[in-house]
Amino acid sequence: MTNQTPIAAVALRSVGKDFGDFTALKDVTFDIGDNEFFTLLGPSGCGKTTLLRMIAGFEATTAGTIHLFGDEIETLPPDKRPVNTVFQNYALFPHMNVAENIGFGLKMLGWSKADIDARVAEMIQMVQLGQFVHRKPSQMSGGQQQRVALARAMAPKPKVLLLDEPLSALDLKLRQEMRAELKSLQRETGITFIFVTHDQEEALSMSDRIAVMSAGEVQQIGTPEDVYEHPANRFVADFIGETNLLEAEAGTVDGQSVMCQFGGSSISATTTGAVAPGQKGWLSIRPERLTIGTALGEGSIPARIGQTVYLGTDTQVMAHLEGGATLGARMQNTLAGADRLTEGADIHLTVAPGAARFLVE
Amino acid sequence: MRTFDPRRYTGFFTITLACLFILYAPLAVVAVYSFNDSLSITRFEGVSLRWYQDVFFGLEAGKFRTAAWNSFTIAIMAATAATMIATAAAIGMVRGGNFKGKPASFALISMPIMVPEIVTAVATLIFFSAIGFSLGYVSILVAHIVFCIPFAYLPISARLQGIEATFEEAAQDLYASRWNAFRYVLAPIMAPGIMSGFLLAFIISLDDFIITNFVKGAGVETLPTAIFGAVKQGIKPDIMALSTLLLLFSILIVTLSYLIGRTGDAKNPE
Repeated sequence: MTNQTPIAAVALRSVGKDFGDFTALKDVTFDIGDNEFFTLLGPSGCGKTTLLRMIAGFEATTAGTIHLFGDEIETLPPDKRPVNTVFQNYALFPHMNVAENIGFGLKMLGWSKADIDARVAEMIQMVQLGQFVHRKPSQMSGGQQQRVALARAMAPKPKVLLLDEPLSALDLKLRQEMRAELKSLQRETGITFIFVTHDQEEALSMSDRIAVMSAGEVQQIGTPEDVYEHPANRFVADFIGETNLLEAEAGTVDGQSVMCQFGGSSISATTTGAVAPGQKGWLSIRPERLTIGTALGEGSIPARIGQTVYLGTDTQVMAHLEGGATLGARMQNTLAGADRLTEGADIHLTVAPGAARFLVE
Repeated sequence: MRTFDPRRYTGFFTITLACLFILYAPLAVVAVYSFNDSLSITRFEGVSLRWYQDVFFGLEAGKFRTAAWNSFTIAIMAATAATMIATAAAIGMVRGGNFKGKPASFALISMPIMVPEIVTAVATLIFFSAIGFSLGYVSILVAHIVFCIPFAYLPISARLQGIEATFEEAAQDLYASRWNAFRYVLAPIMAPGIMSGFLLAFIISLDDFIITNFVKGAGVETLPTAIFGAVKQGIKPDIMALSTLLLLFSILIVTLSYLIGRTGDAKNPE
C-alpha cells in the first residue's frame, strides 16, 4: 500500500457512556470518512443521539476517545469544537430574526460585520429564504424554520455537520422534499454529515453509509444496500425494511449457502458467518423477493393464500405454507383491477435467488 | 363526568363577598377618607385634595420626602442585587441537574418567605450588633437584599423552567462561551421573568416595615417607618393620602410585574 489512509473526519475508539447504572453506549469503534453522508440509525433509546451529543460536546465520554480530523476533541467544550448541530426542535433563538440567527455563530467567532453579512446572504440564498430575512422564527412554518436551522449550522463552515432527527417534526411530503435537498446540499458543500434518525427509509434514501444501532451497540455498518441486502443479524434484518423472520435450523452447509429447515419446509439460504449444521438461527426473506405463481417451478414452495391487503402500489399477501409457516409477500399492482389473488387459492411461492438469508442471531 | 365547580356550592357567593369585603374594605375606607375635606377620620365632609397637598407641601412634607427617597433608592438597589443573585441561583437550580443538596439549597433560598418576618428581623438585628455593623441606611439595604432574594427567585426560576436547555446548547454549539450563551441567548429569553422578579423584589422592599424598623437605627426612616411614626402621634388624614398613593404605586408595580411575566410566553416554543 503506497497510499496513506486518509484521516477520518470522525474517529471513535471504544467510546462508552454510562448514565449512573444505565449503559447508553458500549465500546463504539468506527470511522466516519471525510465528505461522507453518514447516518446513525436505530430505535429510540439505542444511543444514537447520545453518540451525536458526545461528538458535539454536550455529553462527556465515560470511556474511549473521539478524534476529529486527527485531533482529540473529547475534552473540548462544545464552543471549541469545529462542528455544528441542527437540533431536532431547531432551537432557533426566538428573539432574533432569521439573519441574526444565521449570523450568530459567525458573530461568536469574531467575524467582521461585512464578512458576516456576506456569509449570511450566501446562506439565505442557499436555503432560499430571501423574503424572510427579517422574520422571527415564530412567524415561520416548520419547513422554513428547518431551513434556517440548517443555514445557521452551516454558516460557520463546520468540519462536520451533526443533524439530530431534523426532519421528524415535518409532515411527510415536506420530509421527502427535504431528504433530496439535504442530500444535494451535502454533495455540493462536501461537508461531512452525521445524521441521526429512527426512520430507516430516511437512512436508506440519503446515506453513503449507515451505522445501525441497538441497545447502545453498533449492530452493523455499511452502505444502504449492504444493510438491506446483507443484514448482519436478526435485529438489522428486522429493523431495516420489512422482512419475514422465521425460526430456522441449518441443514447442510456448502460455503455461503445453507439448507434451512423451518416449520416443516426447507429452503436454500445465503449466510456470511460460519454456520455449522444443526445450528439454530433465523431465516429472513424480504416480501418483495417472493413471487406468486400458479405452476410448480424449480425451488418453488406450495402455499395457500391467506389474507390480502390492498396498499395502492402493492398488494400484501399472506401465504400459508404446507408446513404451517406463514410468509408475507408483496405483489406490485401492475394491472388495474386485476384480481388474481383469492383467499384460499393454492399457489406456488418462488424465492428470488439469494433472497433468503440465514442469520445466526 | 361532572367537573368540580365551586360556584355550585351553597354560600359560595356570600363567602366570597365576605372575604373580599374584609380584605378590601379597610383599604377602601382609607382611600375614600383621603379625599375628606375635614380633620376627622370618621365623618365625611365633602371632597377635597387638601391632604394630598399636605403630603407634598405640609409641615411634615420634608420628612416624608426624605423617607420616600430612602425607600425608593433602597428598593432599587436591593431589588437589583437580589435579582442578580436570584438569577444566578435560578440557573444553578434549574440547569444544574440533580446535584447533592438541591432540596436544601431550595429551602435556603426560600427561607425568608417561610420564616416569620419578626424572627428574621430580630435575628438580623442581633447579627448586625454581634459583628458591630452600624445601623442605618446600609444595614437596611443589606437586610432588604437578603429577604428580596426569594421573591425575585420565584418568577425567574419559573420562567427558566419553561425555557428548553437546547437554546443554550445551540448557542454553545455556535461558538458562544458560557457567558456569551447567557448574555446573547438565555438572558434575552429570560428577560420577562427577570423583570418580573425585579419588580416583585422592588415592591417587597418598598413596603417592608418589620425588618426595616428593627435594623434602621436612629434617624434613618423609610416611608413605612415614617408613616408608622406619624400614626403613633394620632391618625391624621394626610397619612391616608400618603397611604393611598403608596397603595396605587404598589398596584401599578405588581400589575406591571404580572403583565411582564406573562409576555413572551407565546413566543417561546412549546
